[in-house]
Amino acid sequence: MSILVDAETRLVVQGLTGKEGTFHTMRNRAYGTNVVAGVTPGKAGQDVEGIPVFDTVADAVREAGANTSMVFVPPRFAAEAILESADAGIDLVVCITEGIPVKDMAYVHSFLRGRDTTLIGPNCPGAVSPGVANVGIIPPEVCLPGRVGFVSRSGTLVYQIVHELTQRGIGQSTCVGMGGDPVHGIGFIEALRMFEDDEGTDLTILTGEIGGDDEERAAAYIADHVSKPVVAYIAGFEAPPGKRMGHAGAIVTGSQGTAAAKAEALEAGGVRVARTPSQVSELVQTALS
Amino acid sequence: MAESADEAADATRELGGKSVVKVQVQVGGRGKGGGVVLVESPERAAEEAARMLGSDFKGHQVRQVLVEELLPIAREFYTSMLLDRSAGDFLAMMTAEGGMDIEELARDRPEALRRVHVDAMLGLRSFHVRELVGTLPAHAREGAADVLRRMFELAGERDATLVEINPLVQLDDGSVVALDSKITVDDNALFRHPDIEAFKDAFPIDPVQARANEQGLQYVKLDGNVGIIGNGAGLVMSTLDLVAQAGAKAANFLDVGGGASADQMATSLEVVLSDPAVEAVFINIFGGITRCDLVAEGVLGALERVEATVPLVVRLDGTNAEEGRAILAAAAHPRIVPAATMLGAAERAAAIANGAAA
Repeated sequence: MSILVDAETRLVVQGLTGKEGTFHTMRNRAYGTNVVAGVTPGKAGQDVEGIPVFDTVADAVREAGANTSMVFVPPRFAAEAILESADAGIDLVVCITEGIPVKDMAYVHSFLRGRDTTLIGPNCPGAVSPGVANVGIIPPEVCLPGRVGFVSRSGTLVYQIVHELTQRGIGQSTCVGMGGDPVHGIGFIEALRMFEDDEGTDLTILTGEIGGDDEERAAAYIADHVSKPVVAYIAGFEAPPGKRMGHAGAIVTGSQGTAAAKAEALEAGGVRVARTPSQVSELVQTALS
Repeated sequence: MAESADEAADATRELGGKSVVKVQVQVGGRGKGGGVVLVESPERAAEEAARMLGSDFKGHQVRQVLVEELLPIAREFYTSMLLDRSAGDFLAMMTAEGGMDIEELARDRPEALRRVHVDAMLGLRSFHVRELVGTLPAHAREGAADVLRRMFELAGERDATLVEINPLVQLDDGSVVALDSKITVDDNALFRHPDIEAFKDAFPIDPVQARANEQGLQYVKLDGNVGIIGNGAGLVMSTLDLVAQAGAKAANFLDVGGGASADQMATSLEVVLSDPAVEAVFINIFGGITRCDLVAEGVLGALERVEATVPLVVRLDGTNAEEGRAILAAAAHPRIVPAATMLGAAERAAAIANGAAA
């Protein structure tokens, strides 16, 4: 069992014909993901290694039965691509693109409200259900099928921690990288709810970082709604206030949004908080034994 | 805008002998920091301008001062509009109590600060505006409403993530005027605003920072002595934390991003080593899409171009990590200290930095 991406996933890739789009789509397909279509305006009728290309997502839904979209188009067109997928009735949109103007994402946020489309990203590594399907750029070689759910704001931290879990023989149900942009799709709370409802998940790992209040809100949600154990890790204890640290999201302003405040809030919510990435797998092992 | 004391004096003379002189820097808190001064004569304007020009204001060099008309202020208000990340919409705020610390007001008397969420697509509506201006004196509301509408227009048209007017004032004649503002424009949207992009050049940045930016590296200088190079913001922040836990402090944050070619590695090393405080460098790469064998070649390639003056602790993991480690082992570069785990590498780098410093 898993969440978001699984054997039912029928993937359309927006921007399939681009270099990055083709490269990662082929990796996803090689892992077993059912890739049914690509969309590049003006290139309908072509194919990429047997994957048919359409002009619109609506065509990919009608003719190829796509239900999930992965967005690999350049930043200035990416918000439009998400809107197109939502309008075509796609269930899940995974937007990998980095550098989308935040105002464009505010429009997307407004459009998605009240619709059935779920968004992951933008500026995210996607989601992988080990052994089943991979939509995005998480290297599935580090994964192992199992029963631990994982949601993270950072990409490389997912790789690092999943790698250590796998080395200890702890498998994962689904790993989700929600992305670090200020305005984004699903966050910790939505992922926690899905993992709570997923029969194939016994425990959820959450890795956060400085900036915003996603972790604090997740802590409150866990206290009230999550019965399965949660293990967390927060990066950025040493980040000085007021400095941008790479991610659009990784900004500390004033007293709120610090790593210490987040770790404290999570611990108050009953979450075991690791002090190093390696300690995450230790805490998971303890919680599950 | 004046670039010399004489120009500031002339401008003040033209404004009737009195003015406000303000430093022009890309940082807030100018009033409290002595960067905004009211002057009663052209001579005083010249004195203040001479003091400000060329000085360092919160790490920013002052090259220009703005000389403005001294207005008869009856009341001071505060207003701002920002993109609220947790709500995914705009948050507009206004209070009749200007001229004080706004964070303090929001904390101690939240009822005095009106806040309204504005859906980006729906836009700023008249009911939003009526709510926002509600704490202002009746005869100032119309003018303030007009300012709010223009702020929202500005945020939309110019991709501003923050428009703050502090103070917004009512003059003796009743009119409402924005006296000072701070506007943050979304870096991701600069492709739509070449005129704003060009404005960046008016504020020179540190050459080391400029070099990092050119190569697409995210570099932030810190005050420790362990240089850090890693891939991915989260992993790099985590690296900083581990170095601190090991008893040392990071000299910088540097995210090489997705790729780690010889070019990027060489620039990263140059940038990190340009900081004389650095006693050890910790290169922490987790290969996902990035392949560790290429990273290892990148590090070696970089060392042919950049002289490493301190030890480099290198930890490679993930995709092709074994090949990468083998490449480094075969090269046996005297400056490279290989490490198997992130924690071990952090401890090693901290020990080297502490030993060298002692």
